[in-house]
Amino acid sequence: MENKVLEVKNVSKSYDNYLALNNVSLSINQGTIFGLLGPNGAGKTSLIRIINQITMPDSGTILFNGKPLSQSHIKQIGYLPEERGLYKSMKVGEQVLYLARLKGIEKSEAKTKIDFWFKKFGIESWWNKKIEELSKGMAQKIQFIVTVLHEPKLLIFDEPFSGFDPINAEIIKNEILLLKEKGATIIFSTHRMESVEELCDDIALMNKSNLILNGNLSAVKESFKQNIFEVKLKIFEEHKSIEAIHKKIDIIENIFDPIKNINSFKIQLAQGKTANDLLSELSKAGSIILFKELIPSVNDIFIHAVKMDSYAIA
Amino acid sequence: MQLLKIIINREFKARVRNKSFVVMTFMSPLLAVFMLFLITYLSKVNTEEKKEIAVYDPTDKLQEILFDTQKVTYHFLDKASLEQSKDWVVSKKLFGLIYFAENTESKPQITFYTDNSPGPTLVSDIESKVNEYYWRQDLKSQGIDPELFKKKQNGAVIDLQSFSGKKTSKTATYVKMFFGGTSGYLIMMFIVIYGNMVMRSVIEEKTNRIIEIIISSVKPFYLMLGKIIGTSLAGLLQFTIWIVLGFILTQILGAFFTFDEPQTMTSAGSFDLPILIQSIAELPLALMIVSFFLYFIGGYFLYSAIYAAIGASVDNETDTQQFLLPILLPLILGVYVGFVTVFDNPHGSVATLFSIFPLTSPIVMLMRIPFGVPWWQLAASLILLFVSFVVVVWFAGKIYRVGILMYGKKPTYKELYKWLKY
Repeated sequence: MENKVLEVKNVSKSYDNYLALNNVSLSINQGTIFGLLGPNGAGKTSLIRIINQITMPDSGTILFNGKPLSQSHIKQIGYLPEERGLYKSMKVGEQVLYLARLKGIEKSEAKTKIDFWFKKFGIESWWNKKIEELSKGMAQKIQFIVTVLHEPKLLIFDEPFSGFDPINAEIIKNEILLLKEKGATIIFSTHRMESVEELCDDIALMNKSNLILNGNLSAVKESFKQNIFEVKLKIFEEHKSIEAIHKKIDIIENIFDPIKNINSFKIQLAQGKTANDLLSELSKAGSIILFKELIPSVNDIFIHAVKMDSYAIA
Repeated sequence: MQLLKIIINREFKARVRNKSFVVMTFMSPLLAVFMLFLITYLSKVNTEEKKEIAVYDPTDKLQEILFDTQKVTYHFLDKASLEQSKDWVVSKKLFGLIYFAENTESKPQITFYTDNSPGPTLVSDIESKVNEYYWRQDLKSQGIDPELFKKKQNGAVIDLQSFSGKKTSKTATYVKMFFGGTSGYLIMMFIVIYGNMVMRSVIEEKTNRIIEIIISSVKPFYLMLGKIIGTSLAGLLQFTIWIVLGFILTQILGAFFTFDEPQTMTSAGSFDLPILIQSIAELPLALMIVSFFLYFIGGYFLYSAIYAAIGASVDNETDTQQFLLPILLPLILGVYVGFVTVFDNPHGSVATLFSIFPLTSPIVMLMRIPFGVPWWQLAASLILLFVSFVVVVWFAGKIYRVGILMYGKKPTYKELYKWLKY
């Protein structure tokens, strides 16, 4: 069994009359990147705040490395909230130092670490600048440093790329991957599905306070595939073949390119048939140029799962 | 505890490094001293203008009464009638005309014609001189020497003494009012200025959105407490600088300007330096200082916790108005009750009640202490203040904890009440 850094067990939380989290359970493995997905208001931030001990759950337990979450774990967690900011009129260096010391790092140690990160990002000259003199992207870099400076075992990034230009987003992405290599576990909450595909090992999908999907990214994708194949075919005898194919195969979509004389199909595999069956049928009708199973993107899964969930509730 | 220290340190520095703090700290004593000197200078210039007043007095009595002073020159006219005198005064553009007509009852009938408005001191000065003249005449006509009479008159002075044998005087009462009033008023000012500072700082953290980063490291309660303590230290520093600067400035400027001794002090004779010093020495100074400190801590913390909770519940400063009024009311009430009731009757039931009620006690009790307060009242007031201080800080901490993460809507009192239960 894999080593679990965080286990959320049956956690519920309500504000006033509003249920923010409904009996949510999930676990996060050591050294993985965990994507926490869901539409706005799904309960992601509520869950993240509970993990950060900013708020307390109404019921349920959270284990950190197998022990109930407590104040002593704060030092081992780094949190980059979605809504973030810094003291505008405070100097950059002092500010990072202050926030590091709040995480319990000694002054001299914190200074060494800040030097390391400032050098890494090439921003040593910013020490005496005030945040209000920096651009938004520059401030975001500072914020990233604040999050990782105390070398936490668990990192929580809420929409980490918002506000970054593509170049800086790439830098941050690589830093996140480096942190993972070094053994950190990362919770990653975002709407940007392409970054989920790229980074996440496991995902959980939340909708309307409920956890509706949870598991390994490729396993989830596997379970969501609908046996649809993309096929490009040069048909031997136009009319005859198409009719023959239609009889045996369920074609969802057919686009014909008259110049290259190529048909592009999307084909639904019939019940009980295998990809090999389909291949042999197709090979009779023409020469196969492309044959590929369509694996749903995280974006497709996201939309599909949320829709299904909404139907289920309605 | 370590974290609290770090927070206090930052909050203190943030306050002290703020430009407006530096400007306020160093400019306001300068400004205050400058205003003081400006006012003294202007009033001096004002009184230096000499007034020329004509006197029409067929009886010639006023020549024995009114003499030229630094401020007034009298012209005694020998015109045929009042009308002629009036015309003359108007044509010469003098300040006014005094017409003296003795009627049959030895009471003088004096009329002061003027289009300017004579100051009350000028009029009462003339009145008292005339009165004294007639009083002397009366005594003389009865065969009494007015000088002797005056000497004899001053014999009886009422000695004020408490049952425990402490001697007091009217001056001592004024001294008590001054010291009590000043400390009560100072505490009120401090609470309002620095409470607001705490509130603004909370709003800043909220609008900056740094709050979520901080409270993922420390408990919101510590942040609130650190903010309140750090800000109060900045305030204490400011007051200390003010006192030192004020002292130095008045010394320096005092050397350059020479003051005319205010007339009321020298002539009235009620001002007696030894008595003043004695009555200051007789004040319960140690008790006053200790209780100033205690009430300062209790009162400031009580109110600034409320200020912090208000700051946490709103998104911007304009939304604070509806919540600020209820906390300004007891403060203003405290000052009024202090100045009106305590000075009138320091041990009356109203003064006693307000000096025990925790929202007004820091102000009112400090005003009462110089007059002597029974120990049980002091103890009850302090215990109540510190109990409510703990309760209020606890409640404020709850509202603060929820409020700092709430954005976008202006809460109602009902919602604040709900937050207490989260």
